[in-house]
Amino acid sequence: MNELAVGAQAALLADGRRLHLNHGPMDLIVEAFGPPAEVEAAYRQARDRFATILDELVSELPALRRRYRATPASRCFAGPTARRMAAAVAPHAHRFVTPMAAVAGAVADEVLDALLAGRRLMRAYVNNGGDIALYLKRGESLEAGVVALTDRIAALGRVRIEHAMPVRGIATSGRGGRSFSFGIAEAVTVLARDAAAADAAATLLGNAVDIRHPAIERRPAIELDPDSDLGARRVTVSVGPLDEASVARALDRGVAAAEAMCTANLLYGAVLALEGEVRVVGRGFPESLPRTAA
Amino acid sequence: MTKAKKDDAGIVTCDACPVLCRIREGRSGACDRYANRDGRLVRLDPMLIANKAAEQEGEIVPFLSGAADWDGDILPRGESFLTGIGSGTTYPDYKPAPFIVSSQHRGVDMVTVVTEGIFSYCGLKVKIDTDRYIGDEQAAVVCEGEPVGHVTTAEYGSQMLALGGVRHLTGGSKKEGNVTCKMMLALCNKGRVELQVDGGARLEMQAGRPPVIDGVEEERMRVGCGSATIGMFAKQWYGHADEVVVVDDHITGVLTEHQAGKFLGMKPAGIRVRGRRSTPGRYFQVAGHGTGWGGTDVSEPLAVVETIDPKVAWPGLRLLMVSTTGQDAEFFRLDDDLRPVASEMPAPLAAVVERIGENCEPALTSVLFVAGAGGSLRAGVTENPVRLTRSVRQALTRVTCGGAPVYIWPGGGITLMVDVERMPDSAFGYVPTPALVGPIEFSMRREDYRALGGYIDAIRPLEDVERMTTARQTGWRSDNPWPLTPCGPEPRGGDGE
Repeated sequence: MNELAVGAQAALLADGRRLHLNHGPMDLIVEAFGPPAEVEAAYRQARDRFATILDELVSELPALRRRYRATPASRCFAGPTARRMAAAVAPHAHRFVTPMAAVAGAVADEVLDALLAGRRLMRAYVNNGGDIALYLKRGESLEAGVVALTDRIAALGRVRIEHAMPVRGIATSGRGGRSFSFGIAEAVTVLARDAAAADAAATLLGNAVDIRHPAIERRPAIELDPDSDLGARRVTVSVGPLDEASVARALDRGVAAAEAMCTANLLYGAVLALEGEVRVVGRGFPESLPRTAA
Repeated sequence: MTKAKKDDAGIVTCDACPVLCRIREGRSGACDRYANRDGRLVRLDPMLIANKAAEQEGEIVPFLSGAADWDGDILPRGESFLTGIGSGTTYPDYKPAPFIVSSQHRGVDMVTVVTEGIFSYCGLKVKIDTDRYIGDEQAAVVCEGEPVGHVTTAEYGSQMLALGGVRHLTGGSKKEGNVTCKMMLALCNKGRVELQVDGGARLEMQAGRPPVIDGVEEERMRVGCGSATIGMFAKQWYGHADEVVVVDDHITGVLTEHQAGKFLGMKPAGIRVRGRRSTPGRYFQVAGHGTGWGGTDVSEPLAVVETIDPKVAWPGLRLLMVSTTGQDAEFFRLDDDLRPVASEMPAPLAAVVERIGENCEPALTSVLFVAGAGGSLRAGVTENPVRLTRSVRQALTRVTCGGAPVYIWPGGGITLMVDVERMPDSAFGYVPTPALVGPIEFSMRREDYRALGGYIDAIRPLEDVERMTTARQTGWRSDNPWPLTPCGPEPRGGDGE
């Protein structure tokens, strides 16, 4: 079919430590820490698992792009990655969501599990374009820089994930990313139990940071992408200058949604950014960040 | 080719991966690497910025060592260099190249013009470290049933292929062009490719990896030809063997007849090998080409022995036969009827056989991309294209591909040669012409850029480009020279090493 297509590719990065996996829209950076032989075996396992993931997902793509509803048919997927996606969006099924909201995180989780199987490692992470699955052995921790990828690359701070914390996934969603959003958040970063859960929550919180405002331009998703899982729903195309009060109101809505998710145990902590304003919800993020007025 | 299927609504279907995105005009696919521009599918990789390691107390430390475990999205402390990967192109180049950036290097204001070249004239020179016979010189190299190149002049310890080129890309059938493009793209992006030489071997190749010839992975290059091997190890064999035959497809060496044996005062052993004698102790064509001992078709070494002279040889004579890589070796003693009998190899000889192996470098496949940047691409750099050519010639402008050093051929135009292994991964793309798309950067002092008629108004600070959300950061390959070191008077354009 595709004469010049490049299949799944795996290579060590120039630093000789990190593994780079790429296939179509999936671009993963993997790093494991442990005895060299274990790391090598782990990388081989990750690579082997990665080789078929995209084809598995594509085979169920039409169903994965449909709205998730809490019905048996909606949950019925053949591929393990697709099942992770469905499981991650299931708790959010009271609003519009498709399993695609968790695709990047689910791929990261799937590759991480393959990497870990039977291996003895200290730490490992799989970073799928900002959606990150983590492994920490008892006593280990990992520090991550949290950035808002917006017009300016601005560091928001650092988070330290300890073994004892129920956090094995970090995801960032927002404008400037590849996926469409109903909302206007510049960046939402979520800590959750795994990458798929974090991805789903970050996607939905990105939608939740929103207001009606004439400076916000929206268009039906299918006008932009004929195959979008969001159909004719209107997605944000551009955001003009917003006054301070509007920014605060949009963030308030996002914070309310995040707090509800936090109460329902769907996330551990979240940080939401818009127009230089930053709000923090739950735990995990440093105190130095401006906190939401609870 | 169906690369860019266009339907009525102006939607292009990308088949670069199984997702098969349908892309509307002006939009990109799910990967953000392919987009529909005016109904045409174009590659749109995020810009690749290579970061040089920051030097600390004279020691090179990896970039982001403080944030060690993170795939950094935070800007580097060291210096940055913008590569042409993903920069796009303005073909047919009537306007400035996509990125003309300035940065400071040791106080000198440097300008780098960054673009992706569409190379309709491009080919690969592939060096395969092996003495095995892969096919006759000039034999066609076939990929998926299409001719994509040929076997060219063999070099020391290696076989050479010339692949791709304009005649195969656009001079033959459409299928030939597409297969050639796909094959070149794979090799340039450090992928694995399977080729068949007409009347020769089946080759599996990947840049930086050992070649696989007829299903057998080549391990080592030979230490030298048979004659050279004799010269190198004669003294170490002396006293432990009465005759040594180094079997080699090119020149088989016979110790006692060889200058080296004569020098040691060894007496003739009366063992005559097949083939044509070149000079004493050096024989051509002792057997056919093949994948046996030393690149011959011999699997049983005595097959190269034509006669054993009863007037010269003696019972108990110790004969070592070994290949030029030390991979094959056997030890014989002549019995009372002067017939060679395979025997256990004495330890001193086994040690030398092992040493031959130790002196053989790992056999690799290396892929050099050769392309002409002398055409309209120059117009994206300057309003007066020939001045760029001259500036490169005068070594005022340094040319790099994805940051990797290039060799510029003498003579007219800017015909460059670059080792794809020194370039970042997946640096190449293609257009359906078919032609390859590769990154190319021209770096020079700001005043030199002005002098050659450059687009001074289009210069942007590197930091501005780095701030773009799509910029991707990568580490700098420490074995590549830093392109922003101003060219001195002495080095040639694109000085590599």
